[in-house]
Amino acid sequence: MKWARTVAIAFLLAVSAACLLAKVLAPASYAHQFREEPNAAPSRQHLLGTDDLGRDRFARVLYGTRVSLLLAPAAALLSSLLAAFIGGIAGFAGGRVGRCVMAGTDLFLSLPWLFLLITVRALLPLNVSPMVSVLITFAMLGCLGWAGAARIICTDARSIAQSDFILLARASGSSGFRLLWRHLVPNLKPVLYAQFWISVPVFILTEANLGILGLGVAEPLPSWGSLLRELESFSTVSSQAWQLVPLILFILVVSSFHLVLSKEELPV
Amino acid sequence: MPKLAVKILITVLLGGFLGATLVRLAPGFGVDEEDLDSRLSSGSRQALRETRAGDGNLFVFYFHYLNRMLHGDLGNSRTLQRPVLQLVAERLPETLRSVALGLALGWSAGFLLAVAIVMSRAWYLDLLGSLLVGVLLCLPAAVLALLFVLAQAPARLLLGLVVFPKIFRYSRNLLSRSSALPHVLTARAKGLGNMRVLVWHILPTAAPQLLALLGVTVSFAFTAAIPMEALCDLPGIGQLAWKAALGRDVALLVNLTMIVTLVTLIANSASDIVGRTFRTSEA
Repeated sequence: MKWARTVAIAFLLAVSAACLLAKVLAPASYAHQFREEPNAAPSRQHLLGTDDLGRDRFARVLYGTRVSLLLAPAAALLSSLLAAFIGGIAGFAGGRVGRCVMAGTDLFLSLPWLFLLITVRALLPLNVSPMVSVLITFAMLGCLGWAGAARIICTDARSIAQSDFILLARASGSSGFRLLWRHLVPNLKPVLYAQFWISVPVFILTEANLGILGLGVAEPLPSWGSLLRELESFSTVSSQAWQLVPLILFILVVSSFHLVLSKEELPV
Repeated sequence: MPKLAVKILITVLLGGFLGATLVRLAPGFGVDEEDLDSRLSSGSRQALRETRAGDGNLFVFYFHYLNRMLHGDLGNSRTLQRPVLQLVAERLPETLRSVALGLALGWSAGFLLAVAIVMSRAWYLDLLGSLLVGVLLCLPAAVLALLFVLAQAPARLLLGLVVFPKIFRYSRNLLSRSSALPHVLTARAKGLGNMRVLVWHILPTAAPQLLALLGVTVSFAFTAAIPMEALCDLPGIGQLAWKAALGRDVALLVNLTMIVTLVTLIANSASDIVGRTFRTSEA
């Protein structure tokens, strides 16, 4: 499966490059309206046609993918760091501290993910700019998505804390921060790396769910959620197959993220 | 068993406190329509404010919130202007039916396919299953719901499709691992039939973890119920939560989250207990 992994990484790199070059590749801005051509079919000027407001769909796909491909990894990084901090402390400290931290994590894990997200989203201001709304959405994902990873990191940190080399390091006089930074963190890197790559597609999928439900990124800024919401115009999809391009690209991007991790790195 | 009950109680109490904090911090908290009623004198409005003054302190507010909850009063929905308990009583059965059907379908399809692949060791079946599951895992529940509406398929089947790939992937990995254990290989070498190997040697090893998965899938199904009910127009608590989120009805949302959390916790604990009993009887 090494070839599949290579293809997935190459595909992600190509999509990321295209998104970063959106300004060059797209014929107009994602918000620009070609008012005389709403719902236009694909043409040389509009590769994927236009939406019902006359906005170039290709430009919106590029900018929307850019939003998700930049911010989902950022949210995954935030949640992995939080998980490393909380899980690492619980695993390394052990005893009552560890048990209390893990009890809190369990409480967090028992809250249903989407219910929790929409509850927190309902508390946040709605009258914000599209850019702030996108930051709020992904920051919320990053801040709330750490619990599962923290549990796994805690288990790993606990076994590392009980290993011989840590005992030796303690006997040699290492303690506190030095022990954590020089011995625990480097050994947690593989599990953190795996958790990061597992979180990215989860956050992309969740943002898409929130966006389709109208609780994600605000218009006119495109995101996967708002692009996929176009599927709601059922009657037109059958005659305009190009509207399915964002969905196909979405599936390819998410499956590529799934393939980035090798089988050995994935949990059961 | 008592330990689990205490765990659930503590979780509910802490979750309740978290919920009460969210309600307390929600925009518009403490502002009533009566405050805007021009027929009331300033003295009456002041008196109304004083009756609510106790709720200014978070702990007092939580105590009142808990007290009301114990008396079966979950408050009123701000957007729908109806008691939350009444709304939940009307809509919970619909969601429970969808979740039960979804779990039954997802488990039957996922588990049976995993068993077929592990026992037959047919590469083409494995490839087909992996491809199907790979695509399903890449589709958000909301997109599946839209596609169901587009295809005019029965919406209730959707939860089965959301749960199926997770069950398939997890059970296939578990069963593959169990089937590679030395005692299973010995049983096969001694000429035991496929069915006997599965029932007597593979399933007992994998059963506790599969039971644990059962609890987790309940949470998955409830989560997927939001997009399913919202987009397929099914009047369950998922749709209610979506409407509450759009209307920023935090009180209703918090209560719904608490109820779903409680159901999930009970399902998790039940699967834990069954798994533990199974392990003890195996030993």
